[in-house]
Amino acid sequence: MRFTINGRDVEAEFDLRTSLLDLLREHLHLTGSKKGCNQGACGACTVLVDGERINSCLALAVQYQGRSILTVEGLSAGGELHPLQRAFVEHDGFQCGYCTPGQLCSAIGMAGEVDRGIPSVLTADLSRETVVLDYDELRERMSGNLCRCGAYNGIVAAITETFGAEATR
Amino acid sequence: MNPFSYERPETVPDAVRLAAASARARYLGGGTNLVDLMRETVERPDALVDVTGLSQGIEARGDGGLVIGAGVRNTAVAADRAVRTRFPVLSRAILAGASGQIRNMATVGGNIMQRTRCTYFYDDAARCNKRAPGAGCDAVDGFNRIHAVLGASPACVATHPSDMCVALAALDAVVHLDGPVGRRSIPLTDLHRLPGDRPDIETELAPGELITAVELPPLAFAARSTYRKVRDRASYAFALVSVGAAIDVQDGMVRDVRLALGGVAHKPWRAWKAEAALRGGPATEASFRHAAETELADAAPLSHNAFKIDLAVRTVTAVLSELTGAAA
Ligand SMILES: Cc1cc2nc3c(=O)[nH]c(=O)nc-3n(C[C@H](O)[C@H](O)[C@H](O)COP(=O)(O)OP(=O)(O)OC[C@H]3O[C@@H](n4cnc5c(N)ncnc54)[C@H](O)[C@@H]3O)c2cc1C
Ligand code: SF4
Ligand code: FES
Ligand code: FES
Repeated sequence: MRFTINGRDVEAEFDLRTSLLDLLREHLHLTGSKKGCNQGACGACTVLVDGERINSCLALAVQYQGRSILTVEGLSAGGELHPLQRAFVEHDGFQCGYCTPGQLCSAIGMAGEVDRGIPSVLTADLSRETVVLDYDELRERMSGNLCRCGAYNGIVAAITETFGAEATR
Repeated sequence: MNPFSYERPETVPDAVRLAAASARARYLGGGTNLVDLMRETVERPDALVDVTGLSQGIEARGDGGLVIGAGVRNTAVAADRAVRTRFPVLSRAILAGASGQIRNMATVGGNIMQRTRCTYFYDDAARCNKRAPGAGCDAVDGFNRIHAVLGASPACVATHPSDMCVALAALDAVVHLDGPVGRRSIPLTDLHRLPGDRPDIETELAPGELITAVELPPLAFAARSTYRKVRDRASYAFALVSVGAAIDVQDGMVRDVRLALGGVAHKPWRAWKAEAALRGGPATEASFRHAAETELADAAPLSHNAFKIDLAVRTVTAVLSELTGAAA
């Protein structure tokens, strides 16, 4: 089965029961994506598929054949960290770092959703085409990513600096 | 996880044919519920028929109705302009559920067919009539804070966990099916069953039947509709109680209303009695409360969930007051 992972074409054979997360970690040795709960409840396994964030632990790898998958390993370019990664460092967006790969991929997917005007449960006026990523919207939209260290303040600050209402992108 | 075969058919007839080949075949949507249950060996399909490539698209009908393909992802439904403007209760219900990641994966068909979050159902060391018919139910006398207060039976007190289905129930949604015996349609309010003595049979779908679409008939006043969900944390938690509502008020009187509750029963609970009590009456907080109490009159609390009855009454009252601007 073929996949495009972090821009590279990859061919892999595996048991049909393999999740996308296990394919990445155990077969392809891309151990950046983490297994927290293995049941969709923590977000540590978040990756981007054709730009959209999903929980790779609940995804059967076979369903994602032919798709383009981006993991934390693919975020930096030419030896340069992604701006969001730099902001996480600057704002102490982590302590142990276990949730960080998922937080990063999730925030990048979330920013795309905001750009496309996808509402959240907090969006007051559903007829508006644009979303303003303020503090409450950001926290709601990132609620699928838990941090056991409680580094939320730094995480919110880093995402706000990179993708928030004031940020230029 | 038990081994299984995997097919990704390109047409509905192929999907139906593939699923008919084994009694233990299952349709696969985003997998967010099925993969989890397979890992827990609650579900043991021997064949997965991936239907995520089928039944795409949302078709806005000229009469104000909508037809939503069963394969459309939850995010796409919530973000659709016609859904947002004609049926905001549906957008809000979906957005109140799960997380951004899960909504990107979950399909309409899978959301409708998702199974209960009763913790004993997931725990194979517990007795559960839904998992093993006749085994007994550990929730009835167990930790049943999240369980049902309406329509339950001694055999099972589980709730249906979907937010989306509460909105669909309120909106008179019709579910289109295709299967070994052909096509048919069924109102969403008739699709899920009450547990009775067979909690393992959760829906009216025949074996091998596939949901192909959900149709929302036109309902002009649904443009003023909303969804409120009460849960243990502000986001990313299942409903303790939820309410989907649309109401049409003229000159202070209720001309028409649609009301459904989540988190209280084995199925999305259409509040027929409350609607009947409201129609033609005054749009006041007192009458909203009275209607909610009428709906909950038959509620039967378990040892840990009596709070849900009052919570449901208050939430219905608050939602209808919010929609109509009735004085508190
Ligand atoms: C951590 C977590 C939190 C969640 N929180 C919420 C919440 O707050 N509110 C909420 O409403 N939901 C919540 N969910 C549940 C989520 O909404 C469902 O898992 C999802 O909607 C299922 O859709 P799916 O496409 O992934 O279905 P799958 O997992 O693929 O399938 C589910 C079932 O539907 C059947 N099926 C799939 N498609 C069809 C079809 N077209 N016709 C017939 N049968 C079909 C499958 O055979 C299977 O039995 C949560 C889930 C997780 C993991
Ligand atoms: S409430 Fe229903 S699902 Fe839960 S243990 Fe009892 S029989 Fe099983
Ligand atoms: S490991 Fe996937 S959500 Fe927790
Ligand atoms: S930094 Fe430790 S879990 Fe988030």
